[in-house]
Amino acid sequence: MGEPHVHDVLILGGGAVGTTLARALSRFDLDVVLLEAEAEVAFGVSKANSGIIHSGLHAPGDTLKGRLEYPGNRGWHQLHEELGFGFAPVGETLVAVEEAELATIESIRQQGVDKGVPGTQPWTPQQALDAEPNLNRDLAGAVWVPTAAVINPYEAVMLVADAAQRNGVRIEVEQPVIAIDPVDAHRPDAPLIVHTPAGPWHGRYVINATGLFADEVAAMAGVPGLTIRPRKGEEYLLDRRVEGLVHSIVFPAPRPTSKGTLVIPTVDGTIMVGPTAHEVDDKWDTSTTEEGAAEVFANARRLVPVLNERDVIAEFAGLRPVAQTGDFVVGPTERPGFINAAGILSPGLTAAPALADHLVDILADQGLALVETTDWDPTAPHPVRFAGRSTDEQRRLAADDPRYARLVCRCELVTEAEVREAISRGARTLDGLKFRTRAGMGRCQGAFCTWSCLTLLAEGLDVPVTAVTKRGGDSWIVCERDDQPEPDATGGDQPELDAAGSSVAW
Amino acid sequence: MVTTEHPRQLADSYDVTIVGGGPAGLAAAVGARDQGAERILLVDRDPTPGGILLQCIHSGFGLHTFGEDVTGPEYAHRALEQVVDHDVDVLTDAYVTDASSDLRLKLMSPSTGVATVDTSTVVLAPGARERTRGAIRIPGERPAGVMTAGLAQAMVNLHGRLPGRRAMILGSGDIGLIMARRLTLEGVEVAGVCELLPYPSGIGRNVVQCLEDFDIPLHLSTTVVDIHGRDRLEGVTIAPVDDDRRPVMSRSAHVPCDTLLLSVGLIPDAELAQRLQLRLDPVTGGPVVSSTMETSRPGVFAAGNGVHVNDLADWVSREAQVAGAAAGDLALGRHRPLEDVHVTPGHNVGYVVPHTLSTSRTQTVSFRVKEPIHGDTILRIGDVHRRKVRAVVPAEMITLKVGPKLLDGCAGDTLRVDAIPAGQEEA
Repeated sequence: MGEPHVHDVLILGGGAVGTTLARALSRFDLDVVLLEAEAEVAFGVSKANSGIIHSGLHAPGDTLKGRLEYPGNRGWHQLHEELGFGFAPVGETLVAVEEAELATIESIRQQGVDKGVPGTQPWTPQQALDAEPNLNRDLAGAVWVPTAAVINPYEAVMLVADAAQRNGVRIEVEQPVIAIDPVDAHRPDAPLIVHTPAGPWHGRYVINATGLFADEVAAMAGVPGLTIRPRKGEEYLLDRRVEGLVHSIVFPAPRPTSKGTLVIPTVDGTIMVGPTAHEVDDKWDTSTTEEGAAEVFANARRLVPVLNERDVIAEFAGLRPVAQTGDFVVGPTERPGFINAAGILSPGLTAAPALADHLVDILADQGLALVETTDWDPTAPHPVRFAGRSTDEQRRLAADDPRYARLVCRCELVTEAEVREAISRGARTLDGLKFRTRAGMGRCQGAFCTWSCLTLLAEGLDVPVTAVTKRGGDSWIVCERDDQPEPDATGGDQPELDAAGSSVAW
Repeated sequence: MVTTEHPRQLADSYDVTIVGGGPAGLAAAVGARDQGAERILLVDRDPTPGGILLQCIHSGFGLHTFGEDVTGPEYAHRALEQVVDHDVDVLTDAYVTDASSDLRLKLMSPSTGVATVDTSTVVLAPGARERTRGAIRIPGERPAGVMTAGLAQAMVNLHGRLPGRRAMILGSGDIGLIMARRLTLEGVEVAGVCELLPYPSGIGRNVVQCLEDFDIPLHLSTTVVDIHGRDRLEGVTIAPVDDDRRPVMSRSAHVPCDTLLLSVGLIPDAELAQRLQLRLDPVTGGPVVSSTMETSRPGVFAAGNGVHVNDLADWVSREAQVAGAAAGDLALGRHRPLEDVHVTPGHNVGYVVPHTLSTSRTQTVSFRVKEPIHGDTILRIGDVHRRKVRAVVPAEMITLKVGPKLLDGCAGDTLRVDAIPAGQEEA
């Protein structure tokens, strides 16, 4: 047995925090491995996030989350330029429905001004209604904040991970942490050894960015004292026919009875309302509830009265990892080399790029040598969103590759070429494909395109369709009929090819 | 056999363009050609026209259209043969993504790329889509194994795979009933069918032939209130509902299953109708149409499940033939009939199609009742037509033929369509 290979940094967790850190470290001459427990990156906390790049106003400046909020906002602007994920700088309208709330929204505005957030404006009711005609006509006033934006958190995280990989970071999925070896009394500064199903991983530094499970992973490393509680947020996505209902993210003034239900114009032009905020016991409880829906719509209608539950096409819930301090828990621990990046709740997604830089500084402080590589490429080819292109551009794309002219998803106009591109960039599951391309995300919710997506995934992954899953694990989609033997993994399950060499299996 | 050619040129303009190659589109093409239209283009999104008929491998089709009982694929094949015999330009694997008010269509297909064609008239035959879990808002987790009955039908009948091993079905629409039988025949255990309403949503013969003949339980006034399973579905919670259709949670029960099929209604696919800003019927969700199936935008016709959901493909073909013929007539410069009578849903009638009639021609009026009437029922169109039938249920579309003789003297009138228990007519 030779000496085990020791990586410079093991990042545990492929959410917004882990992937932006991986990408930040990819500019240095380092051996970095990211281990993700789920079938794809962004499948944990990041997946069911509201997708808001916060303006910078909301978290108090004396907290770590407050300090990283606005720099993180700028960081996402830059990442968008470099990587080309969907990004809409829609701004934020913070609404005081009642006179009594005017002081609250003004104090929040002042908090933002103190933190250096530019461009905020107090608005009269008429100014607010001119910009957002569907707001409650009885509103008392509003604050306009231009710096807020929306992204698809999963799409952005997946492209950040892709960029990290292109610059040499290794990403391994379906690698939940099973155990971390205790400190070797004879070699206290020996590398840490992290066990996952693929075997032991040796790392000089280990970043704990495991979201809801950061307390359990910390305990494995012998780091006590961290408790992560899940706080559920339910979100409701509306049909495209209400597109344009609001143009900016509409926030209520925070109230004691409500943590703030928002009306969000998503980056895809749909409208989303939510979230709720209720502590739950189960870290896997992402169920939506009838009470949650009632609460969301009652609160949201206070802001935008015409909102209607009948327009819901999909609903989901996410869990925020809440540490006992209520702030981010970031930094070295008593275990040498083991660094926490835990308790990353709102504005965690926003803060992530700044948090990544903060973690790089911490690693440097802890003795990691940072030497920039000469061939780091901050950009990556931007994914093509066919539906968003002009007709002339669409013509050119289709002329170059006829697969741009074959529709896979009717509701969201996703083409075969886009699906193949997503698979080549790492989509391995139906959900992963959906999050990257929007195939299956529209009003038919996959009733028409599921089979095409399954077939293309099976072809791309070189597995039978029965081995393709919705989101990894045991989430299989179809099984063989009883009278047919299960084909082996290399079996004859490939779609037929027509003369143009493209799949005609649907 | 019609196949996609690589590459191909389309004409710059057409007399009639038909969007959709299911039973409606195929019949519309024949109707247009029979009227003498020369340049006809039929655009279908699939590699083979036929639409949803291709996955409906059960029988029960064609009694009215072909005079014999055939399967869905056979029905589609015969309809497609007629289209080929009629020398219609068929473009498959293609999708119309936009339509402007001056009837310039934008379409895409691997064989044509992104193209535009001008057309004198267009027939929209897009079919319907199924309501989803999101639309009926079932709370719970989001595992694999929850899907519409139509998707499961495609998996089994077109692709030879099973959606699971033990299924529960929510909704007693026809596709759900047919899939209960289909899955049972494939060796999948069907735990039962839940229906929110106190009566089945599908037609009577399907309840008998697909459930009763296979001892599959039908739970009326029952719904699914929770979905369990992190990766794959592990079970559902079902509960009876009270008179206000609210679940009675104290009487809920857990049903282990790995598959939940939803057969909770179809909605006309109104995507292009919306782009063309057609007037829509708020009840059907499809366009408002005249007696020749012309929509609120002159030159734009619509037919089939894209207008209102039919229970028989035969009715779709009949209606679409009218639409195609009228589109052909208009394209050739012939005058459209004067639409001088309005029809509107009256007592216990959910919707009526078409929305206007002409005193100069014979036309079919289709409608559905809102609530079942068990017993003799009077069907009435204004005071010009009255017919007694045995019973009516929402699941079965009612059609009445209305000719010029009946409508004599009705020009300018609005006729209410009523369905009333016999003996209560005056009440």
